[in-house]
Amino acid sequence: MKLTDSDQDLVAEVEELSGENLYACFQCGKCSASCPFTDEMDELPNQLIRRVQIGDRRILQSKTPWVCASCLSCEVECPKGNDIPAIMEAVREITLRSNVDETDLRDLDTRGLPEIALVSNFRKKTG
Amino acid sequence: MEELLYYPGCSLKDTAIGFEESAIYASRQLGIELKEMERWNCCGTVYSLTADNLMKQLGPVRNLVHAQEEGYEKVYTLCSMCDNTLKRSNRLVKNDPEKLEKINSFMDREEDYLGEVTVKHYLELLRDELGWDAVREPVREPLKGLNVAPYYGCMLTRPKEIGLDDPHNPTVLEDFISSLGAEPVDYPYHSECCGSYNTVEKKDIVLKQAGKITSSAAAAGADLIITSCPLCHYNLDTRQSEYIRRENSSKPVPVLYITQLMAVAYGNSDVCKFDKHAIDPREALALENKALKER
Ligand code: SF4
Ligand code: SF4
Repeated sequence: MKLTDSDQDLVAEVEELSGENLYACFQCGKCSASCPFTDEMDELPNQLIRRVQIGDRRILQSKTPWVCASCLSCEVECPKGNDIPAIMEAVREITLRSNVDETDLRDLDTRGLPEIALVSNFRKKTG
Repeated sequence: MEELLYYPGCSLKDTAIGFEESAIYASRQLGIELKEMERWNCCGTVYSLTADNLMKQLGPVRNLVHAQEEGYEKVYTLCSMCDNTLKRSNRLVKNDPEKLEKINSFMDREEDYLGEVTVKHYLELLRDELGWDAVREPVREPLKGLNVAPYYGCMLTRPKEIGLDDPHNPTVLEDFISSLGAEPVDYPYHSECCGSYNTVEKKDIVLKQAGKITSSAAAAGADLIITSCPLCHYNLDTRQSEYIRRENSSKPVPVLYITQLMAVAYGNSDVCKFDKHAIDPREALALENKALKER
């Protein structure tokens, strides 16, 4: 399969933002096996990586990177030493840097939430 | 008394005040005065994973600079998230002189960070510097018969490069529990994520996860759970209580900060501020019965 320029852009962007080599992933699926939140995801972590490898920009609409809690379970399991949470963050950042926040402050009910939850949520879900 | 430099972070001044006060108390029983940094700021709570954006490293690095300015080579943390963020940023700039230089040139009110400060978690102080025998020494109320489930969560052991124990088979909390005279409980979810910041907008995920972790600990016989993370505490305590109400399910398992368990064992539970917890641990600790008996 040949990647077009726009496909290659996605690969380059994610590699630049994450500092990872996307093609180091050989799709073993260990990351997805260790992820506690796959029930809530529309793409498994290894599927997300595969989609980025082939430059499929539809991955930017996926729920998966916003469900990822940066828990690093997958990171300690990956036999290729890939930093999967950094790849998730790169995919989130592409959206955030286009000036679209995931968290909409206007309809967020913050009552009772500790600041450690709010700060970490904003760090991950607003640009 | 030996004085150690201590970085509290924001939660320990607010929702986790019982964590700070019990830590200060417990440390004094060990001959240690936790000296709060004169200047500190929020670490940012989560380590930034974007390779190109150094802005998000400024918060944690500034704290390292303040430790250096105050003349210390080591700074101790209690909160797992602060510990993780400070350690990872420290590692990043120590290994990458170019990034360190950029960050230094950006901070104009502070001196340059030389990359010589070490960040240590309180558990590392207990395990590596004082030793478990010293931790056992001040015990006045041995917690005999109390079954305690260790909850590591994510940030104490991951990633491997900065984790304070083996990410698959950690033992530091088990040793901590034993040194206080209680029984560590083995259960499969000690290192599984509680859902973290998804508690803000994806509460259902966290409710389910908190229910899964705490009921697994209960099924393994736990009377209570211990943690050193204020966000895990909120999720396992408050979200567990909501889960139990929603599902009409089993008995709640109280969640304590590590130093609260020390304070109880050392004979002072007043510093723990248990009234701040959603699930009151006093019954599980049999403190109520004891107070009644003493009356
Ligand atoms: S564990 Fe690593 S190599 Fe395996 S699928 Fe996931 S990212 Fe790819
Ligand atoms: S870091 Fe994200 S993708 Fe990896 S296991 Fe945790 S939640 Fe899943």
